Amino acid sequence: MVRSMGARTSRRQFVKGSVAVAVSAPMLPKLAAAQARQVNVYNWDTYIGETTLDDFSAATGIDVRYDLFADNAELFARLREGNPGYDIIVPTNDFAERMILAEMIQPLDHSRIPNMANLDPVFQDAEFDPGRRYTLPYFWGTIGIGYRISAVDGPPDSWGAIFDESDANANRISWLAEPSTVVQMALKRLGHSLNTTDMGALEEAVQLLIASKPNIRSIAGDNGQDLLLSGEVDLCMEWNGDLLQVMEEDDDLSFANPREGGLLWQDVFAVPTEAPHPDEAHEFINFILEPDVHAAIADFIYYALPNAAAKELMSEDYLTNPAIFPPDEVLARSESAQYLGEEISRFYDEAMTRVRAA
Amino acid sequence: MDSWRSNRGLFLLLTAPALIWLALFFLVPLGFVWGLSFGERQGIVDTAITGTLDNYARAIDPLYLGVLWQSLWIAAITTAICLVVGFPVAMAISFAPPRWKPILLLLIILPFWTNLLIRTYALIAVLRIRGFLNFGLEWLWVQADAALTFVGLGDYHLLGERYQPLELLYNHGAVIYGLVYVHLPFMVLPLYAALERLDRSYLEASLDLGAGQFRTLMSIMVPLAAPGILSGVIITFIPALGTFLTPNLLGGPDTQMIGNVIEQQFKSANDWPFGAALSFLLMYVTFGALALRAAVVARRSRLVRA
Repeated sequence: MVRSMGARTSRRQFVKGSVAVAVSAPMLPKLAAAQARQVNVYNWDTYIGETTLDDFSAATGIDVRYDLFADNAELFARLREGNPGYDIIVPTNDFAERMILAEMIQPLDHSRIPNMANLDPVFQDAEFDPGRRYTLPYFWGTIGIGYRISAVDGPPDSWGAIFDESDANANRISWLAEPSTVVQMALKRLGHSLNTTDMGALEEAVQLLIASKPNIRSIAGDNGQDLLLSGEVDLCMEWNGDLLQVMEEDDDLSFANPREGGLLWQDVFAVPTEAPHPDEAHEFINFILEPDVHAAIADFIYYALPNAAAKELMSEDYLTNPAIFPPDEVLARSESAQYLGEEISRFYDEAMTRVRAA
Repeated sequence: MDSWRSNRGLFLLLTAPALIWLALFFLVPLGFVWGLSFGERQGIVDTAITGTLDNYARAIDPLYLGVLWQSLWIAAITTAICLVVGFPVAMAISFAPPRWKPILLLLIILPFWTNLLIRTYALIAVLRIRGFLNFGLEWLWVQADAALTFVGLGDYHLLGERYQPLELLYNHGAVIYGLVYVHLPFMVLPLYAALERLDRSYLEASLDLGAGQFRTLMSIMVPLAAPGILSGVIITFIPALGTFLTPNLLGGPDTQMIGNVIEQQFKSANDWPFGAALSFLLMYVTFGALALRAAVVARRSRLVRA
């Protein structure tokens, strides 16, 4: 991890530094920040506001080093053998649960995050993190089906459209690649809880996936929305906000909440153990939970805010968009994924190997 | 230059940096992975090396052997295409006028100046439905359709109602295409080296004695270039076998190479011991390929002496 060079800058280097500043003006903020404090943030791609990080630096004088991961597995693998220097990570709830159990996350000091009071009451506590000792929510959402309106007969409001009733759109469908998510959506289609540990139900889900696979064009990492936008597929399983981002670019694209219900997830801020700058990490979390900051991010990435004070600043369009805030009957049938132990994680993973090999 | 036997000290001095490098950054990490392959997961992040053979037992499950078999096929087809395409290219370069050779060789190496990931994404931009290839074909289709209309056949829609884009991405074909594209230089360079060393008088003799061009190619040139062909095959086949990026980006729901499964063990599956065992399984297959090469070379040299 890159260290702040400020503390060890000798007088001579400082003189050289000032010359460099005089020569190139754009260097200025960077150098000033190097003298100051720093926070190392590890977040998802396309998951922050346009100016959030600069605003944070301007407001606090803390330099942000920003690094990206593509999925929870990558985040987990990166921190598994010890924290390489991150102060803030943004896992999804079930991975946060697993990392809390593995003692990879340290408790938060709520007294230093007064903006926690801005959160919706339902988000002040969490099943996977009682009392919110370790995590605070960033955004939440669902997984649904993105589709090209002109290519399908009516909204695909059932998981069947990408599983067992997919013949009409054969070879025009993509799934997410995260093994747990794909298996869990198949479980929902079959009417099981997505947190089931019943081997019979899990096996049934795998058989459903194997039977549906001939109609699937791609099992896409995290780019189903791009495949949809570029016309490669007409239906895709994707995170709702990612789809909303491409719906902005193409009026022929839309989003459906499957009636069987789906996955409710929340991405949370956490401070990994051995974080080099825990104080700055707390300041960062508190800053994001400011109503105007959180609202500005939501306005850019189209995910659902857990922040009641920030929601008050949002437009009617955002607040009533069913793709962002699913209707109650869909929410009622949806579930959060729990961490079910390493045996089940392994089952999910081997299941996708089997599906691909079938 | 003295033989290394007569000046052992100097020899050791010169090779020490490479040997230390090899030990520190190849053998030691490899040893760790080897140890890990006999380990067991304990809890979420801990691994205990218990000497268990369970990981290997799981690795030879039909599921994973099937994946390995598919990888072998894809790598073999890739290598075969590289050889068929690369041999004429290497021949052309070795017969080119001397002042052209450096430029032609440069053209072969040129793709290496761009990162593999970027080249693969560029392939996606070419092959996808709204990609350059389909745009080009659609343009041709429009021209042909206009020509048919012009000659009065427009009403019959001989070419279909409208252009049907080809689905070129997300299948085995796209993966093989991508792998051939990436590995072709690995094939051309050793072939070129072998053809360049070839004594041209053999070719003249063959032609003078009445053999045709094709016969000369197959009976003289190919056998004499065999060591280069073998090197090219090995150096193409091995990286193609272990690849994970190309099938990941270009492959479809059926494409799964052993490299993908190994990557998965170190990421989503969180099962490093099993990933290590699969890596060693792949390595044993690679050793097998190298042993085969050694056997072929040994047989050849016996034949030459005989």
